[in-house]
Amino acid sequence: MANSIKIKTSVNGDVCNVKALIKHVMETGQRKDAKTGKVIPAKFIQELVCTHNGKAVLNANWGTAVSANPYLSFEFNGAKAGDKLVMNWTDNTGESDSAEHTV
Amino acid sequence: MKKMLTMAAAVALLAGMPLAGQATPEQDLKAFRDFYMKRFPGVPLNEFGNGVYAIDADARSSWEAIEEFPPYDDELEKGKKLFNTPFANGKSYASCFRNGGIGIRQNYPYFDAKSGEVKTLEQEINECRVKNGEKPLPGKKGDIAAISGYMASTSNGKPLDIKIPNDPRALAWYEKGKEQFYMKRGQLNMSCANCHMDNAGNRVRSEVLSPALGHPTHFPVHRLLWNELGTLQRRYGGCNEQVRAKAFADQGPEYRALEYFHTYMSNGINVNAPSTRK
Amino acid sequence: MKRRVFLKGTLASSAVAVAVGAGLLNPRQVLAAWPKSAFEAKSMQEALNGAFGSELTEPTDAIQIKAPDIAENGAVVPVTVSTNLSNPESISILADGNPTPLAANFMLAANTAGSVSTRIKMGKTSNVVAVVKSGGKLYSARKEVKVTIGGCGG
Repeated sequence: MANSIKIKTSVNGDVCNVKALIKHVMETGQRKDAKTGKVIPAKFIQELVCTHNGKAVLNANWGTAVSANPYLSFEFNGAKAGDKLVMNWTDNTGESDSAEHTV
Repeated sequence: MKKMLTMAAAVALLAGMPLAGQATPEQDLKAFRDFYMKRFPGVPLNEFGNGVYAIDADARSSWEAIEEFPPYDDELEKGKKLFNTPFANGKSYASCFRNGGIGIRQNYPYFDAKSGEVKTLEQEINECRVKNGEKPLPGKKGDIAAISGYMASTSNGKPLDIKIPNDPRALAWYEKGKEQFYMKRGQLNMSCANCHMDNAGNRVRSEVLSPALGHPTHFPVHRLLWNELGTLQRRYGGCNEQVRAKAFADQGPEYRALEYFHTYMSNGINVNAPSTRK
Repeated sequence: MKRRVFLKGTLASSAVAVAVGAGLLNPRQVLAAWPKSAFEAKSMQEALNGAFGSELTEPTDAIQIKAPDIAENGAVVPVTVSTNLSNPESISILADGNPTPLAANFMLAANTAGSVSTRIKMGKTSNVVAVVKSGGKLYSARKEVKVTIGGCGG
């Protein structure tokens, strides 16, 4: 799904704070559809990578216990305004999305 | 009727004001504020706009963590886009509202002398649509909440300023709203005041009850439970159902009266919408 | 279990990483497989074994968990894990009362701070457990979070 990732960054010195909000259902596979009674299949982000100027700064593995519309925040150093951040996720059904953000 | 008067009498004694029906809205407002300022000493008036988070440090910390990147971010953006998208006839929402619809939330609801009705923001959004050949949006959630949420956000930082003009019809709406607030209802036989006044700050199971003072500032609200924005009247309906009362019609006279009274009671507290609540 | 080389910097500087960074390759194609046994494990011990090959962790004050005492909504519990352990390689978040305790693993680069925030689902009152890998060792801390049904119908 395109445009699922929103990124906000702030730089203090050379420390970059990254906040991201991702639109994803993070379905556990344990819920039943109220109308049909059928189990709603699991659909959740399994891997997420964030790179800074092409170099990986964070690699996350997630399970179904990460909340729907996941939030993520972390910090790294060596950044300055104008640097390029790329965030990319892949879910258990093979779907993925990517977003670029200029610090 | 007898029950309502007794309740009002009890509240009146508590608040030191004349019995219901004899006090002016201004007197009621002062008594209402005094009640909460006394119950929660040290909480500045404007902080009441933050509801439970003004009185529960643990919940506040959790709320602040969530507000770092609020879950309603997306819906707010959608609301802005919807607000700015013209109708099929080329006109837009801006043409229906004072100041193009920007920075006006703090005056809703208001008494419209021409129609004799109390009007809410959501109601006028739909009237604007119908006037311009569009279908009205279903109430309480979805697009209506997104648009109302965006419009409300343009008033952030402005104090609520609801007017009760010296018109017997407006006063009647006000009194009806007051009655709604203090009236017991449902199988659980509770009123808004029972939880949000008498027991504000106390717990019902694991929940801390929020003070009614400050409630309307942050609606439409993103409830974690709904996982989306919802209007104030959505919550009225929900609350009523939770005390096992049949909810009144959305945007009907009862809830509009209640919203009129309820919001007037929070005059002076800044709009801070949308916000996240549990 | 295949250990990824991510942290040593070799992946980071390779063309492959650049491609990932440019969004041209998705992580699935280049990194070690998602640790299924860890995420599907039904007990803390199995989850730790699946993720790290060991269930032994040393409790420490050097890991701080910020999470509410009472969760407003069990589906959205904000958690921040910070540590001042040196050169943390990874931060893992588990909820020991969940049907599958492991919620998330964050692998950190050398220039990434030892602090991550996210929001997790907790099925019931239990401990949020944070495990940090530093210097090849596993350290942990825990904090109880109460998850209840509220009075206002959820």
